[in-house]
Amino acid sequence: MLTQIRRSVVLALFFAIILGLAYPLVETGLANVLFPAQAKGSLTPYGSTEIGQHWSGDRWFHGRPDVDNDTETGGTNLGPRSKQLLDNTKALVAFWHAQGVDPTQELVTTSGSEIDPDISQKSALVQIPMIQRSTGVSANRLRQLIETQTTGPGYGIFGDRTVNVLNLNRALAKIEGR
Amino acid sequence: MRFAIEVIVLLVVLGLIWRYLGSYLTAVFMGRVHFLDWIELPLLGLLGIQPGAEQSWRRYLRSLLVFSFVSLVLTYLLLALQGHLPLNPEHLGDVTPSLAFNTAVSFVTNTDWQNYAGGTTMSYLSQMVALATQNFVSAAVGLAVAIAVIRGFARKRSNTLGNFWIDTIRGVFYVLLPVSIVMTLVFVWQGAPQTLLGPAHIHDVLNGVHQTILRGPVASQEVIKQLGTNGGGFFNANSAHPFENPTGFTNFLEIVLLLCVPVALTYTFGKMVGNIKEGVAVLMAMIILFAGTFAFTLAAEKGGNPAVRAAGITSIRGNMVGKESRFGVDNSVLFNVASTQTSTGSVNSSADSYTPIGGLGMLAGMMYGEVSPGGIGSGMYTILIFAILTVFIAGLMVGRTPEYVRKKIQKTEIIWASIGVLVMPITVLVLTAITVALPDGRAAILNHGPHGFSEILYAFTSQGNNNGSAFAGISSNTGYFNITGAIAMLIGRFGVIIPVLALAGSLAAKEEVPVTAGTFLTATPMFTGLLVGVILLIGALNFFPAVALGPIAEAVSHGRFF
Repeated sequence: MLTQIRRSVVLALFFAIILGLAYPLVETGLANVLFPAQAKGSLTPYGSTEIGQHWSGDRWFHGRPDVDNDTETGGTNLGPRSKQLLDNTKALVAFWHAQGVDPTQELVTTSGSEIDPDISQKSALVQIPMIQRSTGVSANRLRQLIETQTTGPGYGIFGDRTVNVLNLNRALAKIEGR
Repeated sequence: MRFAIEVIVLLVVLGLIWRYLGSYLTAVFMGRVHFLDWIELPLLGLLGIQPGAEQSWRRYLRSLLVFSFVSLVLTYLLLALQGHLPLNPEHLGDVTPSLAFNTAVSFVTNTDWQNYAGGTTMSYLSQMVALATQNFVSAAVGLAVAIAVIRGFARKRSNTLGNFWIDTIRGVFYVLLPVSIVMTLVFVWQGAPQTLLGPAHIHDVLNGVHQTILRGPVASQEVIKQLGTNGGGFFNANSAHPFENPTGFTNFLEIVLLLCVPVALTYTFGKMVGNIKEGVAVLMAMIILFAGTFAFTLAAEKGGNPAVRAAGITSIRGNMVGKESRFGVDNSVLFNVASTQTSTGSVNSSADSYTPIGGLGMLAGMMYGEVSPGGIGSGMYTILIFAILTVFIAGLMVGRTPEYVRKKIQKTEIIWASIGVLVMPITVLVLTAITVALPDGRAAILNHGPHGFSEILYAFTSQGNNNGSAFAGISSNTGYFNITGAIAMLIGRFGVIIPVLALAGSLAAKEEVPVTAGTFLTATPMFTGLLVGVILLIGALNFFPAVALGPIAEAVSHGRFF
C-alpha cells in the first residue's frame, strides 16, 4: 500500500510538471513564434475579430443580439417553450420592423457563446435598407461590400458561409471616410 | 449537400484512424514500440517498476484507485489554494471547498462537469496544472482499463492483466501527448489563443465599445479536452466560444479528435482477441446507435424552435437559438451528438436551447451508458459488458452456456456485468428523484414546466455517465449539487471500473473454448443487431418513465409556453 502511495505521488507530480507546465509552456513559445497574431487572440485596434461586439443604432450592421460581454460567455439557456424566449424574440422582431428590416432568424436569436462575431450573409443583406437610409451609401455598393466580406465555408465544406460583423463595419467606415 | 460531403470526409478520416490508430494502439499496449524508451525507462526506474512487470486484477485495481485518489487530492489542493499560487493574471481567489471538491472529482473521473465559469473562476495555473493535466491522466487511466479488460478476453489461464503504471504512462506518452503537441499548433493557426499575457483591454472607436477580452493557454487545453473525451471548457461557453473553436474546420477537427480513440479501440479489441471481425461487430453496433440518434436529433433541430416560430419568424435553417453562425444547425448537432455519445460533454451550442426532441437525442446518447462509441476506454469496456449480457440473453433463448470471443460466460461474469450495467441508472434515477423532491433542488432550475425537470435529469445523467455536458441553465454551484454531483461522478466511474476489472480478471484465468457447430458466433451482423437491441432495451426500460416526464412531455405540449 505504501509503495502504491509513493508511486502515485511521484507519478502525479511528474505528470503535473510535464503535462501541466512543460507542455503548455513549450506550446506557448512555439505558437507565438509561428502564429504570433492568433496566439495573442487576433487583436486589432478595434477589438478581436473573433469576439463579437455590440453594435447599436442604425448606422452600423448589427450582429447577433448577444450580450457581447466577453467575460461572461455562454448562451441564455432559455428552453424551446420558454415564455421569456418568446417575449425576447417578439421584442427583437418589433425592433427590426421599426427599422424597416425584415429580420432573419439569426438577427432575433442569441448564439451559444453570446459573443458570436459572425452573421449569415442573408442577415447582412436584409439590413441594407436601414444602413442605406442612415448613411446614404447605395444599396448596390452595400451589396458589393457584403459580398467581399463573406467568407467560408472552410475549404469549401466545413461550417457555414458567414460575414464577420467587425470586418464588415470597418469596411463600411472606410468607404464613408468615417 | 455541403454537409453530406463533410460527413463523408469524416467517415473516411475515421475509417483510416480506426485502421491505423487501432493497429498502433495494439502495438503500444503489447509493448512492441520502444521509440520513447528514453522517457519511459527512467520514469519506471524512478517508480521502482520493472519493465514488463505484470499485475493481477486486484493489484491493477488497487494501483488505479490509489493513483486516482492521490490525483484527486492534488487537484483539490491546487484549486483550493489557487489565490496563493502564481500564473494568476486576473487575481482570482481560492476556489471554495465544495466547488473545488466537485471540480477535482469531475476532472479525475474524466467527467469535466463544470459548476463554475472557466475564464472567470480558474487561474492559468489551475487550468494548466490542475485541470489540463487531469484531462490527460484521466483519459490514460480509462484507456488503461479498456486495455486490461481486452487482455482479459485475449489471455488464457493467466492471472494477470498487465501493469497499471506502464499502461497509463504509455497511454500518455505514446498516444495522447504526441497528438496534442501537433494539434495545438493547428488550433492556434486557426485562431485559438495560446498566451500567458492575461486579459486584453480594447476600445473600439467605431461603436464606443469597451471590452475585456479573456485569453490564456487555450489551444493546448482545447485539444486534450477533445482527444481525452473530457469536455471541460477553458471558457464558460465551452466549444461555442470562438477562441476555443474558431472555425468550421476546427469544429470538424474537434469531432475527429473526440471520436478517434474510442473508435480505434474496437480495432485494437479485434486485433488482440485474434479476429478483427469481433471488433467490427462491436463497431457496427456503435455506428447504428450513433447514426440513429444523430438522425432524429438533426430532424428535430431542423424543425425549428417553437418560441421563435410563435414570434413570427420562420426559417428553413432550423433552430438557431443558442447556436453559432459559423457552425449552423448541421454542424452544431453533429458536434453535440458526438460529444454526448463519447462522454466528452463539450458543447458548441447551448444544449438547454435545443428543441425537446433534440434535447432527448443528447440525453439518449448518455442513457445508452456511453457506448456509442463512448468515452476514451470507458466506451470500450462498457460495451463489452453489454456484449456479455447479449450472449447471456441469446444463450438463455437457445439453452446453451453462453460464450464470447471463445470464453465461457458463467455466473461470476454475469454478476459483475449486471452490477456494471445497473449502477449508473440507479445512481441517476435515485439522485434525480431526491433532487426534484427537495426545495433546494428545484430552486436550481432556470426553465419552467417539463424543461425544468429535464435540466435536473440531464445534470445527473451527465454526471452519472461521466459525460459533463449540461442543460446549462441549472444553477448547480451549491453545496447540495456539488456533493451529490461528485457522488454521481465517483459511482459512474469507479462503480463500473471495479466490476469490469473483476470481470476481466475472471475471464483471463479461463481456458479457451473451441469453436463448434453449436457456438453462437459473435463476429456477425446477427450479434450486432442483438447487441443494439439489448442496449436500447435496457436504456428504455430504465429511463423511459423519466424522459416521458421531461423532453417527451415538453414535445407534446403544443402551443404552451412556460
